Amino acid sequence: MTSSAPALVDVLAAEGGGEGDGFQAPGLGEFYPEVLVSFSVLGVDFEITRITLILWIATLAMLAFLVATVRKPSIVPGKLQFVGETGYSLVRDGIARDVVGPKGLPFAPFLVSLFFFILANNMMSIIPFAQISPMSKFAFPLVLAAICWVMYIWIGIREQGAGRYFKDILFLPGVPKPMYILVTPIEILQNFIVRPFTLAVRLFANMFAGHMLLVVFSLGAVYLFSRDNFSFVFGPISALMAIVMTFFELLVIFLQAYVFTVLMGTYLNGSIEAEH
Amino acid sequence: MRTLAAESANPLLPPVGEIIIGLIAFGLVLLVIFKFVAPRFEQVFVARREAIEGGIERAEQMQAEAKAALERYQAQLAEARNEAAQIRDQARAEGQQILEELRAQAQEESARIVARGQEQIAAARQQVVNELRGQIGALAVDLAGRVVGESLADDARRSGTVDRFLDELDGMAAGVSPDGRSGTTLAGGTR
Repeated sequence: MTSSAPALVDVLAAEGGGEGDGFQAPGLGEFYPEVLVSFSVLGVDFEITRITLILWIATLAMLAFLVATVRKPSIVPGKLQFVGETGYSLVRDGIARDVVGPKGLPFAPFLVSLFFFILANNMMSIIPFAQISPMSKFAFPLVLAAICWVMYIWIGIREQGAGRYFKDILFLPGVPKPMYILVTPIEILQNFIVRPFTLAVRLFANMFAGHMLLVVFSLGAVYLFSRDNFSFVFGPISALMAIVMTFFELLVIFLQAYVFTVLMGTYLNGSIEAEH
Repeated sequence: MRTLAAESANPLLPPVGEIIIGLIAFGLVLLVIFKFVAPRFEQVFVARREAIEGGIERAEQMQAEAKAALERYQAQLAEARNEAAQIRDQARAEGQQILEELRAQAQEESARIVARGQEQIAAARQQVVNELRGQIGALAVDLAGRVVGESLADDARRSGTVDRFLDELDGMAAGVSPDGRSGTTLAGGTR
């Protein structure tokens, strides 16, 4: 049923397999579940797994929710509209206006899309029966980071002009000339490689590690409970840890969605305003 | 149960198919939010701001109207006060004028009454003087005749003497009192 089903089978098999087998910790296989449908379009292989389905369910549910909140927009918001509006305003006012700057409001829809897309997909990591976030597959954070990367460079060129934008990155104003030997490579690395890479990896690694933690503690609890010997005493501790980590995961879900969006906001701010 | 790929795969090297699926999913999100969600929310924000600003504007307008009405009333009040003062002044002036007129009329009347009285007095005195003139003459002559004991037969001479005496009296009176002729004659008459 869940993505951890194979691992669970392994755990239960271990129980029957005798003392020597022991607990088999879940591994990378967690993130490569059974391929449900496989097809090829123009030489590109598509493997539809349950994680792909979770991605679509999360995305469509989130979009349905947002559209429902604005279906009958009114000046005095109802409960549903209030919830949607709070989320929208958090990004629009808190990031697009306050982080990106006075010219930031046109980017509000993009930042809102980013925030809600990540939030909805992250949320799947603690939703029962899904319990894995598509964001723990590197492809999805990578797509988002790549889009952000293209976007903040494009906006920088559009707002400041290509010459000025690249010149400011290559030769940081206000730095003594000999220091360019040191600063220029760092700036190039920072702007064109480190930024998108960290953006993608931060989100991916958080969701990946979060899922691993939850699976280890959950399966550990199952394994410990199933043992005949003294180890079942530790079962409740493992189960409790799984619950605690679920709440921790909830915090991470919101935090990572927000951090990704805020960082994109600061990059856009750097592209719009020639701060150097 | 596990796929063989799972064991050998590098989680940092995603398959192209997954990337494309991610692009499509995020593209859909962008489309829906740009097309349906963001414009509606912005619309709501604008409407809300307008509603609040409209409310403030309406309140300001009403305040201005109230102020204008107050000013109008105050102006009207001042005008009414002014008018009242004017009416009072006018009434006072009219009263003064009426009083003056009445006083003038009364003076005229009194002057006329006095004048008529004086005329009557003068006429009465003249009459008395004329009467006395005849009687005094007769009496004086009579008296003188008796005192002297002789009758002054000669009327012409007698009347000339009397007249001369009376004229002398008049002349004396005129010399003593400088006022009106009638007074002198009266004084002369009684003496």
